[in-house]
Amino acid sequence: MRADYFESNDSGRLKLLQSLRLDPPLTLALLLLTAFGLGILYSADSQNIDLIFRQLTRLSLAFGVMVLMAQIPPQNFRLWAPWIFLLGVILLASVLVFGDVGKGAKRWLDFGIVRFQPSEMMKLAAPMMVAWFFADKPLPPSFKHLLIALILVIIPTMLIAKQPDLGTSLLIAAAGFFVIYFAGLKWKLLVGFGMIITALTPVVWHYMHDYQRRRVLTFLNPENDPLGSGYHIIQSKIAIGSGGLYGKGWLNGTQSHLDFLPERSTDFIFAVFAEEFGFIGVIVLLALYVFIVIRGLVIASQAQDSFGRLLAGSLSLTFLVYLFVNVGMVSGLLPVVGVPLPLVSYGGTSMVTLMAGFGMLMSIHSHRRLLRQ
Amino acid sequence: MYRTLIKDLYMEARIFNVRAIVAALVAIVLISLLLARLFQLQITEHDHFDTLSNNNRVRLMSSEPNRGLIYDRHGMVMAENRPTFSLDIIPEEVDALDTTLSQLGNLISLSESDIKGFNKSIKRRKPFQSITLRSNLSEKEVAILAVNRYRFPGVDFKTKLTRYYPMGSSAVHVLGYVGRIDEDELQRVDSSQYNGSSPIGKIGIESYYEKELRGQRGYQKVEVNVQGRVLRVLDETPPIPGKDLVLSIDAGLQATAEYAMGDNSGAMVAIEPETGEVLAMVSMPIYDPNLFVHGISQKAYTALQSGGQRPQFNRALSGQYPPGSIMKPFIGLGGLDASVIGVHDEVFCEGYFMLPNEERQYRDWKRTGHLDTTMKKALAESCDVYFYKMSYLMGIDRISSFLDQFGFGKKMGIDTTSEQTGLLPSREWKQKTKNTIWYPGETLITGIGQGYMLATPLQMASATATLSMRGLRKPPYLLKAMRDHQTGEMIDSQPPEHKQISIKSNRHWSNIINGMKEVVHGRHGTARLIGEDLTYTMAGKTGTAQVYGIAQGEVYDEESLAKKLRDHALFTAFAPIKKPKIAATIIIENGGSGGRVAAPIVKQVIDHYIHKNYSKNAR
Repeated sequence: MRADYFESNDSGRLKLLQSLRLDPPLTLALLLLTAFGLGILYSADSQNIDLIFRQLTRLSLAFGVMVLMAQIPPQNFRLWAPWIFLLGVILLASVLVFGDVGKGAKRWLDFGIVRFQPSEMMKLAAPMMVAWFFADKPLPPSFKHLLIALILVIIPTMLIAKQPDLGTSLLIAAAGFFVIYFAGLKWKLLVGFGMIITALTPVVWHYMHDYQRRRVLTFLNPENDPLGSGYHIIQSKIAIGSGGLYGKGWLNGTQSHLDFLPERSTDFIFAVFAEEFGFIGVIVLLALYVFIVIRGLVIASQAQDSFGRLLAGSLSLTFLVYLFVNVGMVSGLLPVVGVPLPLVSYGGTSMVTLMAGFGMLMSIHSHRRLLRQ
Repeated sequence: MYRTLIKDLYMEARIFNVRAIVAALVAIVLISLLLARLFQLQITEHDHFDTLSNNNRVRLMSSEPNRGLIYDRHGMVMAENRPTFSLDIIPEEVDALDTTLSQLGNLISLSESDIKGFNKSIKRRKPFQSITLRSNLSEKEVAILAVNRYRFPGVDFKTKLTRYYPMGSSAVHVLGYVGRIDEDELQRVDSSQYNGSSPIGKIGIESYYEKELRGQRGYQKVEVNVQGRVLRVLDETPPIPGKDLVLSIDAGLQATAEYAMGDNSGAMVAIEPETGEVLAMVSMPIYDPNLFVHGISQKAYTALQSGGQRPQFNRALSGQYPPGSIMKPFIGLGGLDASVIGVHDEVFCEGYFMLPNEERQYRDWKRTGHLDTTMKKALAESCDVYFYKMSYLMGIDRISSFLDQFGFGKKMGIDTTSEQTGLLPSREWKQKTKNTIWYPGETLITGIGQGYMLATPLQMASATATLSMRGLRKPPYLLKAMRDHQTGEMIDSQPPEHKQISIKSNRHWSNIINGMKEVVHGRHGTARLIGEDLTYTMAGKTGTAQVYGIAQGEVYDEESLAKKLRDHALFTAFAPIKKPKIAATIIIENGGSGGRVAAPIVKQVIDHYIHKNYSKNAR
């Protein structure tokens, strides 16, 4: 019924979007968000117009990928899911063996022309795989199926954690887990699961790398190490806090423009935004993100099969996790894990992945067989 | 079991919708959590973070005030500020520091200690702070560097005003000097006004009037980036320059006195009796205070210390000498005031004096004696026996309390550093410090300015000035006026409070002064040599202070004694007698005779002063 509302809309532009199999509200929200992002980035990187052009190029590419993905019928995703997943696992394994070392971690595969991060691909491949697995199973899943699904999630998670890339592995675990959740994981089990994870914390701690442990410790008390790893969080909190209700104004953030804020065009770009636009700007930005998430969940609930439903739900929630982890980290609520602010932070790979995900959402939504009354 | 294998599409959708709603709720909870956190940071704790943000970016930079100048009484500059060039480096802006240093070393002279000091301060500075590699560049070096500067990014000259004493070593003991502040001084001073490289007055006028000369530092509030590079000035308080000082010193007279004293070690103080203004204050030998401004080199310092003459010792204020016969006019005045001997009474001098019931002979300098001696003769010929008798009759208590009125034995309170008290012995003093009683013989030698008695040249000159003014005591001071740079106003300094020494009969002042006139103008006066061609009247008193005790019955032979052990030669005088314009006291260490060595130097100095200032009406 809702779909009918959009399809019967007279607006020519919306029709154009629909003919491209794009969901108008979601597309508009994404465009708005990325426009916002460009503005912040312009301020964050000292009004460097070259950087804006590079980001714009990436954005165009990412939107192109989204449009492309929207054209592919979801049945194809379902068909390809196991193969993409298998390829992803193989690539991840080879990264561990042959990968390039960047910033102390092996994350990249160098194919001569293109440097490629297989973990990005896995962000989509993992939920696709789990959704594929549940697609023909009766739901809610049996305990056996649940265990298999868990294993499917754990394999890429472990491979990426080994690189080590804690942020991405957590995102992939979350994406996989969300599929299981939407498939109908029993509430009791969910609670039990949470308890197991809590109990496992010391074990995880034991297997963590030094720099990961340091991040956690720094998160717990950043003032302990104000010049070392605590510096990021302290300066970021100062930037956000000094922004106040109305902010210092666009291009007027002192923390960012005087270089006190590190990583300000990438992971810490939210602090730049909060400093310059204040609490009011923050409310608007977060509202936009929430709208995207909710719209994603609506699309998921209107999907016509389990695969589409589970995948769409998982992708939407993963987007929320992105946001929550990044803003939580920048505001000192969560430890520093390298998660960018989705669609705003400078950087290419994650943006393409995200937009590919939204492309899949739109494909799921626009390829429904219409049941007119 | 069977049922569960069949997919129930309707139920699946229902499960999903429930879960999606739960997920949406969780999403809203999570976002609310973020908003709560951001509310806490941006609203509740905004002030705290705003302060931190400002602390990050705003720095206070201070600027040194210009130090006040020092003039002599006629407006001649005695201390000024000159631009000096230093070579400064900002290490962040230099590509290869070592090569740059060695290339600079080829152009100008860089000592090992320059480089060592440079490397040391690199570790202690803030980012983007420039470090001085060499200070006090010569004009030639500045020219060479200016031509080659394009080769050295991050290397720059800095000009700053540094203290310069245009008269060189002249009046060094009056002015003192400034130098770089040291750790101890840094602890004591107001930390808002000084930093580790501030100059500070170390001694003399520069130190005593440090606060006035220094002025107030200025401040600049600047915005810096994370590297500490200054981006813009937010607020500025300009420095307030220090006040200019006008001293009572007559620079010409000072130089004349220094020249007249030649190679002798010693001191000379000249005072204007009417006011107490110090006209000249010489301590010989002198040294160049400019050496200390940039920090004296080890070599120069060693050279200064060698020779055993201790040039840095300010003899005029810190030198405590036995005043010798210079004390006789004062003892004489006290004796007349106490009426122990009348002014025309004669004392017979047979070359020595003996206390009743004592074997010891207290000898006169003239072995054959002065025979019948009145006060006038006793002063003119410096008869010891007359004053032995007079002080014996007075007793130490009366001597001490009388001399105390002239300021002996305590600081005169002159407005500079290094003043010593001298020593005015008394019964109580001896009991307290030596824990023995006072012996009558000690009274006798106190009466001729020997024994325990010690006085600084300043005390002797000031006492002479008081005598010349017939008891009007104007304590000596150096600061005549001060000029405020902001108002341009010249403010005369408040002279210290004066006193009148009262004696029973004012005629006694004349009696003593007449005796002193005889010293210079009389036929038998000990300083008659200088009186011959005087164009004005002068009253004086010679003195010869014993450094070396002469045993009973031994004859003092000047020639055979090593110079070090020779007597100090003293002379004190004032002129003209009727309306005294200048009073001066000199001590020439190991000079020998006061009349032959010391008096002519004083004459030269007083001549210069009288002729220059009062040539017409002085005669």
